[in-house]
Amino acid sequence: MLDDFFIRALFAGIGVALVTGPLGCFVVWRRLSYFGDTLAHSALLGVTLAYSLEFNIALSVFIISALIALILINLQKRTNLPGDALLGLLAHSSLAVGLVVIGFLSFIRFDVMGLLFGDILAVNVNDIIIIWIGGAIILLVLKFIWKSLFASTVNYELAEAEGLDPDKAKAIFTILMAAIIAISIKMVGLLLITGMLIIPAAMARNISNSPQQMVLFSVIGGLLSVIIGLFTSLEFNTASGPSIIAASLFLFILSLLKIKQSIKLKN
Amino acid sequence: MGLENKILVKLKSAGFRLNDKWLVQGVSLQVEKGKIVTLIGPNGSGKSTTAKIALGIYKKIDGEVEKYTNKIGYVPQKISIDWTLPLRVKDFMILTDNLDDRTISEALSLTGVIHLKDKNLGDLSGGEFQRVLLARAISKKPELLVLDEPVQGVDFTGEIALYELIKKISEDLNCGILLISHDLHTVMSATDHVVCLNGHVCCSGSPIDVAKNREYKALFGEQASQTLSIYEHKHDHIHTSEGKIKKN
Repeated sequence: MLDDFFIRALFAGIGVALVTGPLGCFVVWRRLSYFGDTLAHSALLGVTLAYSLEFNIALSVFIISALIALILINLQKRTNLPGDALLGLLAHSSLAVGLVVIGFLSFIRFDVMGLLFGDILAVNVNDIIIIWIGGAIILLVLKFIWKSLFASTVNYELAEAEGLDPDKAKAIFTILMAAIIAISIKMVGLLLITGMLIIPAAMARNISNSPQQMVLFSVIGGLLSVIIGLFTSLEFNTASGPSIIAASLFLFILSLLKIKQSIKLKN
Repeated sequence: MGLENKILVKLKSAGFRLNDKWLVQGVSLQVEKGKIVTLIGPNGSGKSTTAKIALGIYKKIDGEVEKYTNKIGYVPQKISIDWTLPLRVKDFMILTDNLDDRTISEALSLTGVIHLKDKNLGDLSGGEFQRVLLARAISKKPELLVLDEPVQGVDFTGEIALYELIKKISEDLNCGILLISHDLHTVMSATDHVVCLNGHVCCSGSPIDVAKNREYKALFGEQASQTLSIYEHKHDHIHTSEGKIKKN
């Protein structure tokens, strides 16, 4: 029989994978991997604030990540620094500030490893509710802005000219990124969340030839990664985050075999 | 004003400045339903910029733009598509609008690329891609079509056929067309109104008027003027390197 905590972890992981699938595709399409990383690193600050103020973790992470995203957009307008330098600046400084704040919270028993790499033991029923409700809202909003976001991902000017609203879609998408990081931080850990977004989507890119197909395969890849990763984690007592990401890497390598095949077929 | 000449978009001395350099300024024009307005002018004269002003892509502009329709089809001059996206021609066709399969096929047939429907966008040649772009713009049966050099990279016979098609579309859909082209001869025959740009409006009017115009000859040189105009003229202004205009 599977333990209750493991069932909870599975439910949480499946909920996360259903959302990271489609969002991850946009992260790959719009080249936002490092943006995701920056938001994830800033999440540590959100978690420490939540602990010190006895505040809901997901909400706190969401607020801090969204704030960092706003600061980034503002800095991009005000400075001449290149985007990747600004991303690095915000990622590492927010991570550093977060770690410093942890140092001050010595009165709280703090599982830093769990925070960085995810901890299935830490997932409780409350977390599952947050993941599923939050995830449903994220997917609903994404469906709502899909047309504008996708069209502007292909070509901004076409989207703008033909009556869609790319700027609004982009702003909303940024908030969705902050939200997915907030709800998945306990599962995957803040160092590996971006992996959960990118790797299944990258795997899907290798084996699909339409956007819808890529989203579908990305979701399936994420689900398989969660299931394989969690069982491995249970079996070998490894941290859940790395196990899930390692499983997704395994699927990615499998997808490369398919590419090799289709290249052979073409020749 | 009758229904026949419903105005779709109107520019009132519109201009756009990028980093203190005017790309184009003082452009007034209007596109009416069922009419073809053609922008001509040398490279860097602000043709594409004018189109983008009309489309509302540039927001911080000088002057005014009044748009009376949201059903717009656009063929941009340059389009760079990121190949991290797996995108087939039929996915691209529904980029900004939801169309049924029959409409997609009809539009692709019109521009002669129905056989490419299931192909990946990245596998197309330049001319094929141009035909797909045009098909996409007309498939949504727009009220206003903005075509920025729509036949670039298309072979010679295809070019004539596509211009015929554009003319036919304007009649069938009764839509207004804002056309940009450097290809003077083909364009002139179908056009109702020509606007000749060179950082500002040098001259405008019916194709015959413009061909007779002295400004036109100055812009396009002897060869163009031999075919379309025999009129002599002299400048009333010169263009400086910063894109400013000085009156003589």
